[in-house]
Amino acid sequence: MSTTLVDGPAAGVVGTRMLRREDPALLSGEARYVHDLVVPGALHMVVVRSPYAHARVLSVDVSAALASPGVVAAFSGAELAGEWFSPMPCAWPVTADMQSPSHLPVAVDEVCYVGDAVAAVVAASQAEAQDAAAAVAVAYEELPAAVDLEDAASDRVLAHSALASNRAYTWELVPDAAAVERAFAGAAVTVRERYVQQRLIPAAMEPRGVCVVPQPFGGEYVVYSATQIPHILRTMLGITAGVPEERIRVVAPSVGGGFGSKLDVYAEELLCLALARRLRKPVRWSEERSEAAQATIHGRGQVQEIELAADAEGRVAAVRVRLLADMGAYLQLVTPGVPLLGAFLYHGVYDVPAYAFTCTGVFTNKTPTDAYRGAGRPEATYAIERAIDALARKIGADPQEVRRRNFIRADKFPYSSPAGLVFDSGNYEAALDAALELIGYEELREAQARRRGEGATRLLGVGISSYVEMCGLAPSRVLASLNYVAGGWEAATVRMLPTGKVQVVTGASPHGQGHMTSWSMIVADKLGVSPEDVEVLHSDTAVSPLGLDTYGSRSLSVGGTAIALAADRLIDKARLLAAYRLEVAPEDLELSAGQFSVQGSPSSAIGLGTLAFEAFTAHDLPEGMEPNLEASATYDPTNFTFPFGTHVAVVEVDTETGKVDLVRYAAVDDCGNQINPLIVDGQVHGGIVQGVGQALFEEAVYDGEGNLLTTTFTDYLVPAASELPSFSLGRTVTPSPSNPMGVKGIGEAGTIAATPAVVNAVVDALSHLGVEEIAMPVTPERVWRSIGASAPGTGGGR
Amino acid sequence: MQVTVTVNGKTESHDVEARMLLVYYLREVLGLTGTNVGCDTTSCGACTVLLNGESVKSCTMLAAQADGEEITTIEGMASPDGVLHPIQEAFRQHHGLQCGFCTPGMVMAVASFLKEHPDPTEAEVREGLEGNLCRCTGYHNIVQATLAAARQGALAP
Ligand code: FES
Ligand code: FES
Repeated sequence: MSTTLVDGPAAGVVGTRMLRREDPALLSGEARYVHDLVVPGALHMVVVRSPYAHARVLSVDVSAALASPGVVAAFSGAELAGEWFSPMPCAWPVTADMQSPSHLPVAVDEVCYVGDAVAAVVAASQAEAQDAAAAVAVAYEELPAAVDLEDAASDRVLAHSALASNRAYTWELVPDAAAVERAFAGAAVTVRERYVQQRLIPAAMEPRGVCVVPQPFGGEYVVYSATQIPHILRTMLGITAGVPEERIRVVAPSVGGGFGSKLDVYAEELLCLALARRLRKPVRWSEERSEAAQATIHGRGQVQEIELAADAEGRVAAVRVRLLADMGAYLQLVTPGVPLLGAFLYHGVYDVPAYAFTCTGVFTNKTPTDAYRGAGRPEATYAIERAIDALARKIGADPQEVRRRNFIRADKFPYSSPAGLVFDSGNYEAALDAALELIGYEELREAQARRRGEGATRLLGVGISSYVEMCGLAPSRVLASLNYVAGGWEAATVRMLPTGKVQVVTGASPHGQGHMTSWSMIVADKLGVSPEDVEVLHSDTAVSPLGLDTYGSRSLSVGGTAIALAADRLIDKARLLAAYRLEVAPEDLELSAGQFSVQGSPSSAIGLGTLAFEAFTAHDLPEGMEPNLEASATYDPTNFTFPFGTHVAVVEVDTETGKVDLVRYAAVDDCGNQINPLIVDGQVHGGIVQGVGQALFEEAVYDGEGNLLTTTFTDYLVPAASELPSFSLGRTVTPSPSNPMGVKGIGEAGTIAATPAVVNAVVDALSHLGVEEIAMPVTPERVWRSIGASAPGTGGGR
Repeated sequence: MQVTVTVNGKTESHDVEARMLLVYYLREVLGLTGTNVGCDTTSCGACTVLLNGESVKSCTMLAAQADGEEITTIEGMASPDGVLHPIQEAFRQHHGLQCGFCTPGMVMAVASFLKEHPDPTEAEVREGLEGNLCRCTGYHNIVQATLAAARQGALAP
């Protein structure tokens, strides 16, 4: 695969920076999120939650709540137990012997984290439901809580009284243990690092919301939910609540961001459905922000140990990784699988022959973890990119040079990785070169040396992160081998309407990604129409019954490919009709800008719009041809896609206060061919800031009793505009050979790359003082202490 | 209690509960759901509206406190025939929104900011928008949109 340094020339609209079609409705306040829907007669649900991290529920008394004004119903977990046909779903039992505690939407005997539901109250208004919820009397017997991940792994305190161990599973990927041993035995240099991936709160700006409306006839339920996964949700709601799947219609209206946190099946969705069924009334729930901090999944939460075996020049011969992964209290939809999405990538962009990975999932009495932007891959990239810098320090080499020495060379693609994947295409050195040039690496190194020489108190640090990710989830067969219970395909339909307008039905479910824009661009070029003439239908299981939704940077490479294939099939049919009308052989026709013309005699032509109308009237179709121009496709990818790139962060660190300022940032990403570089830029920008958030600001902090201390935006520091610079973006283009459009995916890249770039930069600024590691988030206090700890007398202290 | 406010140029008068917050008055009584609620600690700015031309977080004040005042919400920014306000247009041109949830509040905050700072630097824009959180865009394009709107002399309505 060749790599070019500029956006490819665009024929048609694909590849152009077309403005988003979603924007006018969002900019004018017309767009409707779940909380905006007016549903006459809807009752409001409030969930009563455990204030204890771990306790036995002795009794739940809802009588005072029932007597409260406006209250329609109030139920304990025991009273609702009959509503559930099966426990809360986990779709990824990663090993055959995985342990999973019983998990119901409302706990019955035992609560296992602060925020675990114990009762639900339904009232005519939100305020009345809240008042009544406060009147629910729950008697608890507090139990010891397993809070700290490593302590929980020791089984000193059990997170669930019904389980004999906190260990959920141990999953290994050790293709050749002897080779790893040999590499370490023969290594000139070894690096052994321990990193903590703190817990993060996804904090989509729109909190979750659900409204379930029972239909008066037919026993159907319409579930409006702020979800990324209307299709998966529909199936799982059916299975868990015992409602026949075809009676559930899930609609995700405008959704205000997800980042994985809305890729789940939540207790409140099940509760609204069960209560709407029981009360025969619409029931809605609106999550409050401080409730979201506990009731919506967290991300990350790992303790990582990574070892490198290298020769004296820093060429890495083996990578060995041991993880502890914090599951939290229960296994949500894909909780156990998140570390596995990183398991194959701990050697990063480097050609490392020997590889060993082990992960143990551990229960704690904290909010469940699950997929958060990047899901497993940011953790992997962080570990290897930090460790490569540690190796560079150890051998006294420039970190960019050590990367170069180890890169998988461009001529090695498709590359069979030591973890058993086949990387589709790549040119890592080109991206590194472009990023270093964009940031002005050499000048920065000189400026850094100057400041050090002058004894400046504002030191400069430069951090590099070269990443590769596997995305485009996923080939169904690979998912099967990883024990995931569903497939990874995506479905699409393209149809032409009698007036020549086009409808696209997609199984992807956007929540900020601009699918309407990108999908209409793809189809517009295929059919030679204007993107404005393409309507994109999505996120409603009644309109788009088949789909596997949006996560894992899959929408374009899987969902977009399905659309392109469906459009091709529509064209195949149109070609037959055109050939019939023009009385030529189908092979003699060429399609350009929506016109079929006869090769060699271009005056003989017919447009797709005309053909659509003729297919609609069906007055004169070839023998056996069905009316209408419509085609569907379901695409199951043959491989993951492997976007890559290099990001460089530049920080200034104040040695007197410990304050870190991110002053410049360059990102060169390669996501293969781009449909709309404007949207790609936006994904990179937002992704970078989420990665920066983990590096510098964000952490879900628990006290020793398991109370979450960071439940608001005043404690949980989502980055603000004032804390960030603008970004310099660049791109290389190395198409993926795995799908017809050569696309890869860009939703998670920024987040994957940014965290290690920033922390590497901070450590780089202080490395001459002996600082090698600062825990995330890299707060001023931690920086200041690390300076004092490493070199007493140079500022900072204990 | 009776509250009379001018919202987007139209006089509204309603009997509301004394404890009703302005944001719920706008959303639930007037049906102006463009103004969003993103937090319960007055931290996110999703609920930002203009009160007599200056931005306020509508979750921090009571509907009663707006009695006799003029409110502009996102619904009042575009012209009646649907032409976007120059600030909205700048957000569109510069891809300053993704999921759109922070956007109404962000647009109102920018409107108020530009009135005070018609010719801001990038650093001033970043400081000025500090009270409005966005989880999608990383702010880069919001800042670009704001600077572009300033160049075009886009003032508040
Ligand atoms: S809703 Fe967050 S500041 Fe008003
Ligand atoms: S665009 Fe989604 S929060 Fe700002």
